[in-house]
Amino acid sequence: MATITIKINGQEQEVEQGMTVLQACEQAGVEVPRFCYHERLSVAGNCRMCLVEVKPGPPKPAASCALPVAPNQEIFTESEMVVKARKGVMEFLLINHPLDCPICDQGGECDLQDQAMAFGRDGSRYTENKRAVKDKYMGPLINTIMTRCIHCTRCVRFVAEVAGAEEIGLLNRGENAEISSLEQAVDSELSANVIDLCPVGALTSKPYQYNARPWELKKTESVDVMDAVGSNIRVDARGNEVLRILPRLNEDVNEEWISDKTRYACDGLRRQRLDKPYIRGMDGKLKPASWQDAMAAVAKAANGLKGEQIAALTGDQACVESVYSLKKLMDLMGSPNLDCRQDGAKLDAGVRAGYIFNTTIAGIEQADALLIVGANIRWEAPIINARIRKRWLTGALQVATIGEQIKTTYDSDYLGAGPETLSAVADGSHPFAEILKSAENPMIIVGQGALTRKDGAAVLAAAKKIADISGMIKEDWNGFNVLHTAASRVGALDVGFVPGDKGADRDGILAGAATGAIKLVYLLGTDEMDLAPLKDSGAFVVYHGHHGDKGAHVADVIFPGAAYTEKNATYVNTEGRVQLARRATFPPGEAKDDWAIIRALSETLGKPLPWISFDELRMAMRGAHPHLARIDDAEPASWADFGTPGAMDAAAFTTPIENFYMTDPISRASETMAECTQTFVLDRNGKGTGTHG
Amino acid sequence: MASLDRTARSFLLTELLSGMALTLKMMFSPKHTINYPYEKGPLSPRFRGEHALRRYPNGEERCIACKLCEAVCPAQAITIEAEPRADGSRRTTRYDIDMTKCIYCGYCQEACPVDAIVEGPNYEFATETREELFYNKDKLLANGERWESEIAANLELDAPYR
Repeated sequence: MATITIKINGQEQEVEQGMTVLQACEQAGVEVPRFCYHERLSVAGNCRMCLVEVKPGPPKPAASCALPVAPNQEIFTESEMVVKARKGVMEFLLINHPLDCPICDQGGECDLQDQAMAFGRDGSRYTENKRAVKDKYMGPLINTIMTRCIHCTRCVRFVAEVAGAEEIGLLNRGENAEISSLEQAVDSELSANVIDLCPVGALTSKPYQYNARPWELKKTESVDVMDAVGSNIRVDARGNEVLRILPRLNEDVNEEWISDKTRYACDGLRRQRLDKPYIRGMDGKLKPASWQDAMAAVAKAANGLKGEQIAALTGDQACVESVYSLKKLMDLMGSPNLDCRQDGAKLDAGVRAGYIFNTTIAGIEQADALLIVGANIRWEAPIINARIRKRWLTGALQVATIGEQIKTTYDSDYLGAGPETLSAVADGSHPFAEILKSAENPMIIVGQGALTRKDGAAVLAAAKKIADISGMIKEDWNGFNVLHTAASRVGALDVGFVPGDKGADRDGILAGAATGAIKLVYLLGTDEMDLAPLKDSGAFVVYHGHHGDKGAHVADVIFPGAAYTEKNATYVNTEGRVQLARRATFPPGEAKDDWAIIRALSETLGKPLPWISFDELRMAMRGAHPHLARIDDAEPASWADFGTPGAMDAAAFTTPIENFYMTDPISRASETMAECTQTFVLDRNGKGTGTHG
Repeated sequence: MASLDRTARSFLLTELLSGMALTLKMMFSPKHTINYPYEKGPLSPRFRGEHALRRYPNGEERCIACKLCEAVCPAQAITIEAEPRADGSRRTTRYDIDMTKCIYCGYCQEACPVDAIVEGPNYEFATETREELFYNKDKLLANGERWESEIAANLELDAPYR
């Protein structure tokens, strides 16, 4: 794009044509205060805080957020006129804004507070009555104190543009203007981002209400494991308690949004925790035990067992380090019975391109045709859904869906419910096949709902065929994508936590346990599958995890481990991007780091793993899988053959998530998520208990 | 000659008599000591003694859990936990001052936007055990009730200089 030269405060600056004056100032490193302007939302121009002096032009300050740059423009951001204008605007904003910073949750991280200090007058001249506005109901997540609102409309623009749910609006005009969601809970998986966007304390976090001040919190940069997107987050903890989770900017993954589950499931980290080892007694009840006794009980159960009689399954939130340790331990024990696909997805661990989101999330912004197969993206990965909507809003993306008919936040052609339609697209007889073929950058997203079926491998092969015939695989473009729902899955497939030679997979392990062929099963946080067959079988079950959930109920021995905020760990997101989670708090009670538990167990079993520290483990893991050392990098995978072509069952694809707000042990233990489930899922579906007034 | 003079003075007890004269004079001049604890010296309205949490005249506690005192405390003697009260207002569930850490700088009362935490005129709160000096919210509110009239009078006297 053509560049032009302008002057900012006397300094010449090369800027792109079409930029606004505010963006030009930002590029030059000149600070311009603003409230309503946000780089990811449309320009509103209603707060007037970004006034600057522009020459040539009328002899009055201009709103820089809505003014395009022009050649030979001279911009002044510190002139007398600008300083005076800002003071005036700030005084007007503060006329109706209550001076209740001491009781406001935004206090200490408030744009209005900061900018009033930097650009405002030092005292108030206003002696009249202030405006008061009734607080609105916006659901269980967003707390409103509407008197504080300065009508920047960032929240309105966010829900309309990014979230795609027109749920918040501005009513009335002038003095009577009010932000409202018409007393409805804001029904979007991204709704709580308006709390971060609100420059004042009008929209604040309800679960975190009055809990803490920003200066008390210890901030740790980490990644999220509630879904497979791996949103970058900041964990704010006080003492040994995680109080809130905020998004962290990463243009390649989550931009600056996170889903409501990511943000609010953290109160589940305080409930239902396993804080000491347990052993099931003769009476069938779990009893607290010491680490030594628990380890010894497992060693006793494993004594004399052959490798084939031992099996291991990993769960959705296991980090790569613990999965790698467990795999090495199983190798030492001589067991081929491993599986990381507790949902039974028929994914091929041999070909990396066959199980990752090859296009990358940022790559969606180049796509122009998209076929979604068996995925409710809005629930499985709200951040990716927002990215698709962002691309769709430009008008260049055409979307079609095969699977359940769901409410999307973009227009989508509904092609059909099941494999029939998929085969029709695959053999080119369906009209959408033409659209994919003629598109420059077509992509397909295959969800877990399509892969966890018995015929998953055939579905995968059909999807691959679509990718092959419609030119999705090119030099600089790979349009084949698998959307995972488990944060641990890609990492576990990367280190090869799949059945070895003659090894049993998930179904084989369950069957083996029932017939007595498998006598010891190690569950690493496996909570999402039906574990009842294990309980009924005679197999000895070891559960290693952090919450007292499904897995703990069937266990004979429980090892308490660490949740994602309590360990330094590697996670690989659905794109294959390697990211690091960092310890924000310590595991509760006697719970230990996951890698240390597996290391200690290997010692007890007499098969010590060849590392004694976390760093040595990481070195070994990165040595065996070099891509795991390239942090924040999504390595492109080379295209190869995968999937097993075959006959597909006629049954329609179903989505694997029944309730967005409860998909893992942490969110199931969370009170906030329970409230959301009541409000957004049960009440909407007419399944409310009727006892909530 | 000088030695004769000195001898005469010593035998006539002049030094003793002048000393006694001073003593006699002092016996009739005003006293500088006071009979503590039955008598107490005057205190400035700005005196920084034992802490107290105040209430409004209608009985509502003043503290709004803004945590500014906790943040400003240089000795980190104050610990506050807060949550919404049943009526939705912002209140502390815990307000502790470790009086053994406190250095009586008075920053907490300077920081307080609602004059809730104050350092009152009481300086007689010595205890027999250390634990008794870990004040909690009940103790601080009780202090506030006991000293309210003095504290209010002091604040009023000092108001013109703030």
